[in-house]
Amino acid sequence: MTARIGVVTFPGTLDDRDTQRAIGIAGAEAVPLWHRDKDLKQVDAVVLPGGFSYGDYLRAGAISRFSPVMGSIVEQANAGMPVLGICNGFQVLCEAHLLPGAMLRNTGLHFVCRDQKLRVETAATAWTADYAAGEEISIPLKNIDGRYTADERTLDDLEAEGRVVFRYRDVNPNGSLRDIAGISNAAGNVVGLMPHPEHAVEPLIGTGRTDGLAFFTSVIKKLVSA
Amino acid sequence: MTLDTVKHAAETPESGQPWKELGLKEDEYARIREILGRRPTGAELAMYSVMWSEHCSYKSSKVHLKQFGEKAPQTDALLVGIGENAGVVDVGQGYAVTFKIESHNHPSYIEPYQGAATGVGGIVRDILAMGARPVAVMDPLRFGAADHPDTKRVLPGVVAGVGGYGNCLGLPNIGGEVVFDPCYQGNPLVNALCVGVMKHEDIHLAQASGAGNKVILYGARTGGDGIGGVSVLASETFDSTGPSRRPAVQVGDPFQEKLLIECTLEIFREQLVAGIQDLGGAGLSCATSELASAGSGGMRVELDTVPLRDATLSPEEILMSESQERMCAIVEPDKVDRFLEICEKWDVIATVIGEVTEGSRLEIFWHGEQIVDVPPRSVAHEGPTYHRPYARPDWQDTLQADDAGRLPRPADSAELRAQVLTLVGSPNQASKSWVTDQYDRFVQGNTVLAQPEDSGVVRIDADTDLGVALATDGNGRYAKLDPYTGAQLALAEAYRNVAATGAKPLAVSDCLNFGSPEDPAVMWQFAEATRGLADGCLALGTPVTGGNVSLYNQTGDAAIHPTPVVAVLGVIDDVNRRTPMAFGEQGQLILLLGETREEFGGSAWSQVVHDHLGGMPPAVDLEREKLLAEILISGSRDGMIDAAHDLSDGGLIQAVTESCLRGGHGARLVVPDGLDAFTFLFSESAGRAIVAVPRSEELRFTDMCGARGLPVTRIGVIDGDAVEVQGEFAIPLAELGAVHEGTIPGLLA
Amino acid sequence: MARVVVDVMLKPEILDPQGQAVQRALPRLGFAGISDVRQGKRFELEVEGPVDDAALARIREMAETFLANTVIEDFDVKVES
Repeated sequence: MTARIGVVTFPGTLDDRDTQRAIGIAGAEAVPLWHRDKDLKQVDAVVLPGGFSYGDYLRAGAISRFSPVMGSIVEQANAGMPVLGICNGFQVLCEAHLLPGAMLRNTGLHFVCRDQKLRVETAATAWTADYAAGEEISIPLKNIDGRYTADERTLDDLEAEGRVVFRYRDVNPNGSLRDIAGISNAAGNVVGLMPHPEHAVEPLIGTGRTDGLAFFTSVIKKLVSA
Repeated sequence: MTLDTVKHAAETPESGQPWKELGLKEDEYARIREILGRRPTGAELAMYSVMWSEHCSYKSSKVHLKQFGEKAPQTDALLVGIGENAGVVDVGQGYAVTFKIESHNHPSYIEPYQGAATGVGGIVRDILAMGARPVAVMDPLRFGAADHPDTKRVLPGVVAGVGGYGNCLGLPNIGGEVVFDPCYQGNPLVNALCVGVMKHEDIHLAQASGAGNKVILYGARTGGDGIGGVSVLASETFDSTGPSRRPAVQVGDPFQEKLLIECTLEIFREQLVAGIQDLGGAGLSCATSELASAGSGGMRVELDTVPLRDATLSPEEILMSESQERMCAIVEPDKVDRFLEICEKWDVIATVIGEVTEGSRLEIFWHGEQIVDVPPRSVAHEGPTYHRPYARPDWQDTLQADDAGRLPRPADSAELRAQVLTLVGSPNQASKSWVTDQYDRFVQGNTVLAQPEDSGVVRIDADTDLGVALATDGNGRYAKLDPYTGAQLALAEAYRNVAATGAKPLAVSDCLNFGSPEDPAVMWQFAEATRGLADGCLALGTPVTGGNVSLYNQTGDAAIHPTPVVAVLGVIDDVNRRTPMAFGEQGQLILLLGETREEFGGSAWSQVVHDHLGGMPPAVDLEREKLLAEILISGSRDGMIDAAHDLSDGGLIQAVTESCLRGGHGARLVVPDGLDAFTFLFSESAGRAIVAVPRSEELRFTDMCGARGLPVTRIGVIDGDAVEVQGEFAIPLAELGAVHEGTIPGLLA
Repeated sequence: MARVVVDVMLKPEILDPQGQAVQRALPRLGFAGISDVRQGKRFELEVEGPVDDAALARIREMAETFLANTVIEDFDVKVES
């Protein structure tokens, strides 16, 4: 079978077409999903791509979380469907309370676009199985509201439960607490991160590395073997 | 206040009108009365005044700009030429590319963030209106002295505005420039370029034809933004008479623009429009008159149907408003429902505001009463033409006689080394990553090369790997010394930058930034620069496809350096063959292409070390530029060169330093016979580039250069972790990197 | 210690994209009857010493030159003890 992975477009989503292309390169079928539709078209997994949904006005992700498609996604995510939130998608997942914490303005107050080194802290999620825990990867990062914040207890719980999935290496670009770049839910099917794996899937494009491809191959293997 | 209808105007011919306050000259007002056979209504006066302003009518510049058409080289590549929103170029495989560069200088001085943001928004809508999906932006920026306090206000605001708007639209920012010079103090230059891609059959034009077709205004509601902005803000010299005279600032809403882009592209895909125009300067006045003027027939508009943000706006103000993120489409009646449906899908407000008529007049009504009845061509395309006097200024000879070759040169190797560090750490030559890291260069997933590479390269077809390359360049110091040569140097550099990445240069867009046209010296600079650019484009075979003129960039009597900024577009058949600038592999040979002469006039060295501007700029040889480009393209296509970097401001040492730092490898250089170390390192002779060649390819490459008559000199090898000039000095990469990377953050962070 | 509050709002005639986006979202979330939303900034200043006319004048100057961009924004200074 070919895995079918949905890619949601909210008003102001930017990286939906890139994410669809990355899913195709990884060997799955990308299925466009529209924010106004409750119907998830029977996809096996969903990616909430990056961008500035609703202009990031009010708070990043704050308006999108109320869209019809999110109702269905929350339901399916709680039932175990793999969901990946990238950048603005991560912000939406936090606003929708699928993941704990919130994102604040970068400590440097500027938009930051760079090739960012990350350490994969756990391979025990639907989206990181093809990495090895402790592996270092480099993928593009680009945000202005990327400073991950949660209360101390939540952070301690995330660490204790192995739910910190990625940590920034060398440079913490936005002041995220404990250098956190990405986290998962307790079940490991919902993952959110600020950097952009979909921009690191072709040798010639972007940073010239393909370190992001394993996100998509991880979930495809899981879906195909399930 | 009673409504000034057409009928009322005809009945009250002697009623006084504020034509002077609106920026019209007495003879212009008289001509409007002659065209209409009566006095204009208030709404008509508003339209004429704004459309006949310098910014919209190009009245001072168009006698010179027409050379771009008259001297245009013969080319099959040009699908749409000057006069439309943007030119369109055939890049093969059924694809067409449209690109244009524009200025948003004065607004960016007043409110840097919003000025720059709306500059990006405006040029993106121009590209969209041609039928293309915008795929990348670039921003050539010029500011006052790097250490001037006001630069700290203007630059961060402009950069945040460019990023804030462009990032939110999902357009990769792939190049541009950041230049500092005291001449731009109070007159920063914020130029913005956008490039878009479409299939040939998708080209759309701004014309209203077909009686009965509907006129649909869609996008943001109309508010009081920038009312009179076009004539007041963009055309008159800005002086500091206090905040009260400042016109309303336009605020950009990039989220609305992103919706407008996706909505418009979906409308294009379903072939729902017969003509389309974006709303920029002069808002509805411009869009309705240009659409009607370019089409067959007339147009009738019910102005009271325009959705407003501010219900108190008068009809004149609605016509003049420059509210952003609006478009105007001409749609056949049976397609209107589907058009509105797509707008609803994207949460975009759309309103039928009128229709194309059988007649030949543009007629505008306000609650049933006629307030405009004009021949649209007289508004849009038949504005005044000035033949402004121009004269070579007295000081030009003195300036050119002040030869930079006579400046004291470094006395020994230690001083030479120190000057190299001064140069690569000077604000103009330093790394601009503090600026460009605030722009998203990865979005859309097609960026092959981005700044600081010689040109930005984006893939336009993921199946065939077809791509386009773009570079913008301009050097006001060269142009001040000799505007004709300076314009050609800007063209030559952008052309060379495109070729250095392996792409074939095809076409040109230009943004001509000058002082007041009322000063004959400035007008002479303008005349010389346009003549130089037109001659240069003819020689290189790259037509000017469109662009923009920005005049009145001066404070008091002090004009900016004449600053023609030139954008060159090229095509690369296979982006896998692109040539980066980084020295990537130890042991490869570094070859210098072209000839090095003692040319220091206007050079970065003369500025940084001696704060000097005088003499003649480097000589231009356009045949040589063509040959160099052919060699660079062939070398890339045949896999002979692994890195290339053009030589321009800062000379060879600047280019070597950049290629070394980018690749993380050092270089050992040998001064060639017949040259002294100083000239070798700092000369800014044009028509040169450095390339890195694997040893196995050296003979094949030098044979090719020899056979075609391009001088090639082996100047060193990629090696170690320092830049070493044998017999002179060695500077560790870490030391070069620290000064090169540290300068801009040190000044601005 | 006294607290002085400076509210900064976009001038009425200036487009407020953030407020508009919030306002458009409200009906979808079931909040009816809101005809306009404008979003602003609030600064809370803890003042050392008495808040007399001179201190307020300095704060107004601060608001005018720094906290607000008076090209596009209005501000309002309130003492909140």
